[in-house]
Amino acid sequence: MDYNPNVNDTEILNEWRKENERIELDLLLDAIYQKYNYDFKDYSRAHIKRRLLSRMRIAKLGTLSEMLHKILYERPFFETLLMDLSINVTEMFRDPSFYLTIRKKIIPSLKKNSFIKIWHAGCSSGEEVYSMAILLKEEGILSKTQIYATDFNTMALQKAKAAVYPIDLIKEYTANYQKAGGLNSFADYYTAHYNSVILDPTLKERIVFADHNLVTDGVFGEMNMVLCRNVLIYFTKKLQNRVIKLFLDSLTPAGFLCLGTKETIQFSDYSRHFTIFSEKDKIFQRKPG
Amino acid sequence: MNSKSSSTSTRLRYRCIAVGVSAGGMHALSTIIPTLPSSFPIPIVVIQHISPHSDNYTIRYLDSISNIHVKEVDEKEKISPGKVYMAPPDYHVLIEEDETFSLSVEDRINYARPSIDVFFESAAEVYGARLVGIILTGANNDGSKGLKKIKEEGGLVIVQDPNTAEVDGMPRSALETTTADYILSLEEIGPFLVELGQGEKNF
Repeated sequence: MDYNPNVNDTEILNEWRKENERIELDLLLDAIYQKYNYDFKDYSRAHIKRRLLSRMRIAKLGTLSEMLHKILYERPFFETLLMDLSINVTEMFRDPSFYLTIRKKIIPSLKKNSFIKIWHAGCSSGEEVYSMAILLKEEGILSKTQIYATDFNTMALQKAKAAVYPIDLIKEYTANYQKAGGLNSFADYYTAHYNSVILDPTLKERIVFADHNLVTDGVFGEMNMVLCRNVLIYFTKKLQNRVIKLFLDSLTPAGFLCLGTKETIQFSDYSRHFTIFSEKDKIFQRKPG
Repeated sequence: MNSKSSSTSTRLRYRCIAVGVSAGGMHALSTIIPTLPSSFPIPIVVIQHISPHSDNYTIRYLDSISNIHVKEVDEKEKISPGKVYMAPPDYHVLIEEDETFSLSVEDRINYARPSIDVFFESAAEVYGARLVGIILTGANNDGSKGLKKIKEEGGLVIVQDPNTAEVDGMPRSALETTTADYILSLEEIGPFLVELGQGEKNF
């Protein structure tokens, strides 16, 4: 750093602390990889650091080095941390206009297929997977569709399989469902039980839940549509490239890739293999061949 | 360092200005931002509480009345001078060591996404004493924690005078949590920043 007469000792001290934190963070992520085989090294550092420091304070630990020790020697602590590091915030029919576009612009062409395969990568607790299942059911094509819903977080996957959600979110979900062009009453799809709702179990007949890590695992073949919304934002450019290649290799020619509102393939190494199907809804289509 | 040979960017004490604003923000921002020249040398990041479903009307409007370019934060975008970056609706904004933006959809914090605290804390980690934090009009206490962190790191802390704020809750909360370096009226903030950008004065 350049010498600057206006910068006082506080900054020198803080730089020293931050340098230590950088070293500790590298060691900690490497330890997690070696010990538990989860690779967070190519995740956004700002995000990872925020989550780790937050857990460090809750656990009343002084440094990341102390936390590293706890991670290696206490598996339950690591499992808590794993939940911290994977974002499990989602909702049913999140971004309703996206689902409306799927319904109006993509379903008509999917209907022509005799069999449809959809991969929902990073499905977390399943809200968006069931949203898609409801949409496909209303369009009469759920029975000829196979949905693969994957996440690296097995606890989130268990929640997804259970399909039980807090009742206080239903009002918001109902509004989303209506804005997304829902044909029925949203209440048709759940049963209230105390403070929870359980979704119609027939919705999961066509869904396979599976443990899959985008960082280390391989392709799912011949997908007509891949959804991966608000996952790539947590990855470095390098890892984003790897994952977009994975999606490209998983899609059928003319298959659709759906990303989050602020995500794009346009600046990736593979942008030339896609056309923009909907800029606003971040839907991209694989070029045939 | 020889000051004659150094560029403007190394001569300047501050490398980023972080602004937190909530209720009453439209008037506050359209008072401050148009006072800045198009070549203003310190990047500005505005975290404004907005509805998750809002379009980019505010950004287009502010851009149309300002000399400096006003735009929404893009994921992985490198922060650069001459721009005012606005947080996208329904995303938290963070900044990396290489001065690129990251976005997150982690839980709302005090009902807010984007959260002012999230960006302020993240920017304080990266910029330390070279960060300016500003809290403007608003109804809640978001930003207070983040502003405290900026102060602890040696950054410059400015709070809008609550008596000149459309809604005074947020600036009052900030002043209860942190000792501000400057308490300025809404009209004083723009000219103060312009002077800060000229780098001729020790703040």
